[in-house]
Amino acid sequence: MTNKDWPLYEVFIRAKSGLSHRHAGSVHAADDEMALDHARDVYTRRNEGVSIWVVKSSSIVASDPEESAAFFEPAKDKIYRHPTFYEIPDGVENI
Amino acid sequence: MYTQGLDQKSSQSAEIKVESAEDNARFQAHVDAEEKIEPKDWMPEAYRRTLVRQISQHAHSEIIGMQPEGNWLTRAPSLRRKSILLAKIQDEAGHGLYLYSAAETLGISREQMGDQLLAGTAKYSSIFNYPTLTWADIGAVGWLVDGAAIMNQIPLCRCSYGPYSRAMIRICKEESFHQRQGYEIMVELCRGSKEQKEMAQDALNRWWWPSLMMFGPSDKDSQHSAQSMAWKIKRFSNDELRQKFVDVTVPQAEFIGLKMPDDDLVYDEESGHYRYGEINWQEFTDVLAGNGQCNRERMRTRREAHQNGAWVREAAQAHAAKKVARAAA
Repeated sequence: MTNKDWPLYEVFIRAKSGLSHRHAGSVHAADDEMALDHARDVYTRRNEGVSIWVVKSSSIVASDPEESAAFFEPAKDKIYRHPTFYEIPDGVENI
Repeated sequence: MYTQGLDQKSSQSAEIKVESAEDNARFQAHVDAEEKIEPKDWMPEAYRRTLVRQISQHAHSEIIGMQPEGNWLTRAPSLRRKSILLAKIQDEAGHGLYLYSAAETLGISREQMGDQLLAGTAKYSSIFNYPTLTWADIGAVGWLVDGAAIMNQIPLCRCSYGPYSRAMIRICKEESFHQRQGYEIMVELCRGSKEQKEMAQDALNRWWWPSLMMFGPSDKDSQHSAQSMAWKIKRFSNDELRQKFVDVTVPQAEFIGLKMPDDDLVYDEESGHYRYGEINWQEFTDVLAGNGQCNRERMRTRREAHQNGAWVREAAQAHAAKKVARAAA
């Protein structure tokens, strides 16, 4: 298959300082610089961001949903990692 | 993540894997629980195909939809109106791109979708095959066409497919300005001279019925509805959405002293709904079949734009390759 499309980039936008970058969508671009310009034009026409990350989609490594049960299983039975696991007598405060 | 590589992998494995009743049941339970389906999740091939068809047609509509509006860009009556119209057309391009990006997560490439549009094998909304003859048409398009689009799109924000739903949330937020600027144009014309008001009425006369057709065939003739409802791609039937649109739009017309071009339109006190006349479904079928007033012109313009942009796409790729080569040297 000959693909004449420019490479696909995933776009992440920081809405304002203090917040983390969040996935917004994707754009096609010939190179990194153009990807940033396209991401700005497509995803921040109304001042939705103060910072943009773009990364080639092919560079992202993702977990497989088919395997997600096994993949996330180790954390499932460790309920003692949550504060609600512990019993504190009535009357004890500030804990 | 939305990577093409991963999506290709998942669509290939879906081909190899036979769809078991168990898989289908698990998928349906997931949907019934109002949980979103994400790109790499298992999904029935028919669900994938339905979404690719619907999302890509939706994207094509946004792209073709720039043409009737672009027709008035150089003749907008003031700088204010020109800036607004330009921003609106840029939004349409943006909406097309959000949607293409959502469709790509299902394993179809941007190029394939573009080819389908240019070859005429993929459809776009029938409404964009009508001409914008006067400035008032820009008002009517914003008020009615974008109004109908919003009515259709708001339930799609809750669509079971995550990327489509997220794209629709973005689009709906932006679309509201489109409808309001259109209504504002109509208000201004209706407060103007006798000729201006007549122009507004004439635009309404021509755009009202095609806007009602935007909701698609009547429920009794709609082929895709039942399955799409079960998959929670669709939330309301075509006729339900059409009725909502009529109910909210008729009072807006009355407010500015315009009359709907429908002698059978009456308010039914008992149900609280407006009853409207018979839609000319033959016209709808003809326009979809390619025989509307502007079908050929729209496709010709799109093909020319694509061809004329070929050198830009090639040059950008050559420039990118040169930069890589220089960095390596």
